[in-house]
Amino acid sequence: MGKRLGACAIVLGGLILFHAIAEAGEPIRIGAILSVTGPASFLGAPEARSLEMLVEEQNKKGGVLGRKIELIVKDSSASPEKAFSFAKQLIEEDKVFAIIGPSTSGETMKIKSVAEVGKTILLSCAAAEVIVNPVAKYVFKTPQKDSDATVKIFQQMKMMKISKIGVLSSNTGFGQAGEAQIMKLAPEHGITVLANEVYDKAASDLTAEVTKIKAAGVEAILNWSIEPAQAIVIKNARQIGFKGPIFQSHGFGNIKYVEAAGEAAEGVLFPAGRLLVADGLPNTNPQKALLVKYKKDYESKYKEEASTFGGHAYDAFIILVKAIEKAGKADKEAVRATIEQLTGVVGTGGVFNFSATDHNGLNVDAFEMLTVRKGKFVPLAN
Amino acid sequence: MRGRYLPVAAFAGLIVAIQMATHFTGSGYHLTQLTMSAYYSLLAIGLCLLVGYAGQISIGHAGFFAIGGYITALLTTHDLSSHQGLALGWLAKVGVLSSRTGLYGGHLLTLHPWAACLVAIVATVGVAYAIGGPVLKLKGHYLAMATLGFGTIVYRIVLGSPLVGGADGLSEVPPFVLLPGLEVSSQASLRVQNYYLAWGLVIGGMMLLLNLIHSRTGRALSAIHGAEDAADAMGIPTARYKLNTFVLSAAYAGLAGVLLTHFNGGIGPSEASIMKSVRYVAIVAIGGMANLWGALLMSLLLNYLSLRGYFGTYDDAVFGGILILIMLFAPEGLLRRQLFGELRNLFSRDAAEEAP
Amino acid sequence: MGLNSDLFFQYVVAGITYGTIYAVVAIGFNIIYNATGIINFAQGEFVMLGGMTAVTLSRFLPLPVAILGAVAVTTVIGAVIEILFIRWLRGPSVLRMIIITIGVSILVREVALHVWGESIRALPYFTGTSVTSIKMGNVYISPQVLWVVGVSAVAVVALSAFFNYTMLGRQMRACAANRDAARLCGISAKNMVTLSFMLSAGIGALGGCIVSPITYVQYDSGTPLAIKGFTVAILGGLGNSAAAVGAGMILGILESFSIWVLPAAYKEVISISLLLLILFIRPSGIFGSAEASRLKEF
Repeated sequence: MGKRLGACAIVLGGLILFHAIAEAGEPIRIGAILSVTGPASFLGAPEARSLEMLVEEQNKKGGVLGRKIELIVKDSSASPEKAFSFAKQLIEEDKVFAIIGPSTSGETMKIKSVAEVGKTILLSCAAAEVIVNPVAKYVFKTPQKDSDATVKIFQQMKMMKISKIGVLSSNTGFGQAGEAQIMKLAPEHGITVLANEVYDKAASDLTAEVTKIKAAGVEAILNWSIEPAQAIVIKNARQIGFKGPIFQSHGFGNIKYVEAAGEAAEGVLFPAGRLLVADGLPNTNPQKALLVKYKKDYESKYKEEASTFGGHAYDAFIILVKAIEKAGKADKEAVRATIEQLTGVVGTGGVFNFSATDHNGLNVDAFEMLTVRKGKFVPLAN
Repeated sequence: MRGRYLPVAAFAGLIVAIQMATHFTGSGYHLTQLTMSAYYSLLAIGLCLLVGYAGQISIGHAGFFAIGGYITALLTTHDLSSHQGLALGWLAKVGVLSSRTGLYGGHLLTLHPWAACLVAIVATVGVAYAIGGPVLKLKGHYLAMATLGFGTIVYRIVLGSPLVGGADGLSEVPPFVLLPGLEVSSQASLRVQNYYLAWGLVIGGMMLLLNLIHSRTGRALSAIHGAEDAADAMGIPTARYKLNTFVLSAAYAGLAGVLLTHFNGGIGPSEASIMKSVRYVAIVAIGGMANLWGALLMSLLLNYLSLRGYFGTYDDAVFGGILILIMLFAPEGLLRRQLFGELRNLFSRDAAEEAP
Repeated sequence: MGLNSDLFFQYVVAGITYGTIYAVVAIGFNIIYNATGIINFAQGEFVMLGGMTAVTLSRFLPLPVAILGAVAVTTVIGAVIEILFIRWLRGPSVLRMIIITIGVSILVREVALHVWGESIRALPYFTGTSVTSIKMGNVYISPQVLWVVGVSAVAVVALSAFFNYTMLGRQMRACAANRDAARLCGISAKNMVTLSFMLSAGIGALGGCIVSPITYVQYDSGTPLAIKGFTVAILGGLGNSAAAVGAGMILGILESFSIWVLPAAYKEVISISLLLLILFIRPSGIFGSAEASRLKEF
């Protein structure tokens, strides 16, 4: 009798264990709304690739909390109504645990309230300050703050004794957000903006614009854009004989832009995440190991240079995974609260320190001032 | 003329059937995309009237959609609480203001959606009248380029103006409260309401257009489409008919813009882009140029699939491919008039009356 | 800020740069229009294909050969497009033609996206680098601009010679003037149409190559160019390529000087408004006359 009871107990125990494992085996669904094609494809395509690479790697390691990750990528082509439709679909139909993306600020703003109402974590890869200010409980973003980039640039200008600048920005969300920060912060850093022009992101030649800026007698040009057209500004500025320093935003973080600008890119100054100079970092730098690995994996898998843009999706993913592991369960509210408690998370954009009032987690130290030498990104040795 | 309304009843039945199906399979979330599709279809049938029946091409119709959507978005999100003065007092007295708390607390005083909608439609109609006159004097390629130019100007203006959010567009647009308890918004609990509201509007719009086509106006339009000079010679005031058709189709587009903006809670410059205008023309083309039902059904299907991401990264390619295939092999569209006629002949002995 | 003479000439140079780019695209439109009466909305895609192919070929071929190769490949693609999509239409309406060419434009763009990816490419400068510039007084001109203007001028002259002095060119003109009469003389109208597409594709590709060091090519850089090019073609009078060059200069310079008074973001509005104005007032273009536009002479 005892033996039978024992056997039953074992079988029952086995069944319970098996059931627990089977349930635990259900995948965690993560949605991604990215602009893989369309006008913001230089953002969305690397982001999608980085994400797919990471998910594959994580699943090889056994997933998160023993559960595999299922990634659903939706291509929104930078179209807010599509982003809206996909957000609703992912939240209400696919019942995803979290959404990574979108790639642009315009799309993010459209789905900010959708995520809030749907109580789904949103980790945006877009840069606008308004995404996290005012703070919405479920909405976070991974790119660095525009204001921090601007401050970094102004600090550098002060060191170089530059006080009169001309500003060129592209007519996109990123460009205009940056321009707003520049105009707001310039006075308190002793910088005077003598000329301010907005150019079209699809422009083919910007000689007239840079001529106007140069004619204002500026000491340096600050060009704020994330699109390829920024390379044209650099070329045209040098061609019309402008000799002063050219500053770019962190939207310059793609070696293709350097190639497009050719020799004109030599000496351009810009703040960026340390991904671009990963190999040259001192071994004591907390980000070095992760950056070198990301670069190596991405470049060997996709045969193209890693850019800081893909890194935003990378950071979103590792933040999510860390939060789930720390919370111990895949519960949306618990993980959301855990993200707010995360500190010291090493990512590609910098080291993240979240709080209930800071849903971005990065400050001005996330940036390194870089320059271009012989067609390569190098840190600016001061 | 019961026969004319039979398709309307059949379509209404289809709409109800779809909703029931989603109800019983517990997949009510489909209604979101179907509702968005409905508003795009409102634009499509208006465009079909213009392109198919009056024979005037327009590759800038997204511009009218954007005018409607942006005006209502601007008026219902622009905070007036800091303003003083006579105009504000007058507006409050007339009762067109509405105050509410924003998403993050804070008090917002804006125009009521009804007032904003009215302004938006009036503006859309006004612009259509203004540019319609000179534009419709052109023919063929010149007409196409003029409408393309119009669409591009609207796009550039909304893209470049900080007032309407520039590249980011406008968000936090409030729901459009039609009656207490009935509002145009995308909340999950109001899905069924919104679905019937949207499609009810489309069916109403359809009935209006069907009446128009079977009236003297419709025959005049057919005459103009077939041979404009001959129609002119016969004494038909072609310019006036063309203009009114243009304005009507613009009004449909503007209304669609207003309602979809409230549904989505926002609008961006991509709604004014040329690619969108081309899509609308593609939908009308595949449905059969002069076939309202074709345009409606194709719009429902294609917009629904596109909004669900069914075509993945090939979304634009699909529309491009459709355009080419249809124009090469079935220029009268897939659901062309003759097809119905042929089918009807198959099923009935007597020669059928002219297909609608 | 006053407009001194240096600034003035710098703006003029900028205007000529834009203007030549637009004019090259417009000439491509005109060739096809003259032979067929079709406005080819896919013209911008030929420019894009030329640039993209040249960049790919330049990886393992010297630059001049890569450019010739790119022009050749795009010319063949032009022929293929015509044979696949245009050749066997019978008496198509204007509406149908417009829609087909728009569809072709979209398709070519999407194929380019999936073949080359979304990243930007640029050819190296033909002479010098991206920083060299020739200084004339206080005005700076990049040598590439001289290449653009020079090659375009040569192309226009060569085309003109082709149409006026060669047998094939004269046959094309005959076809454009009166298709039935030409056919009676034994000229194959169908082949003339294919030839016009090939020529148009070739010149578009050439334009794409010479311009790509200045700007860059991307899978979707064709469409904005097509719109500008078409504006210029209509401005000058559809079908008149010499006028297209003039109109291109006018538009380029207007846009360039508009920076001085309007925010640069509204630059496009200027060209479109100009287009609409011309369409409303004088659709035959600045240099065209009503009868000439009907004759569709080159």
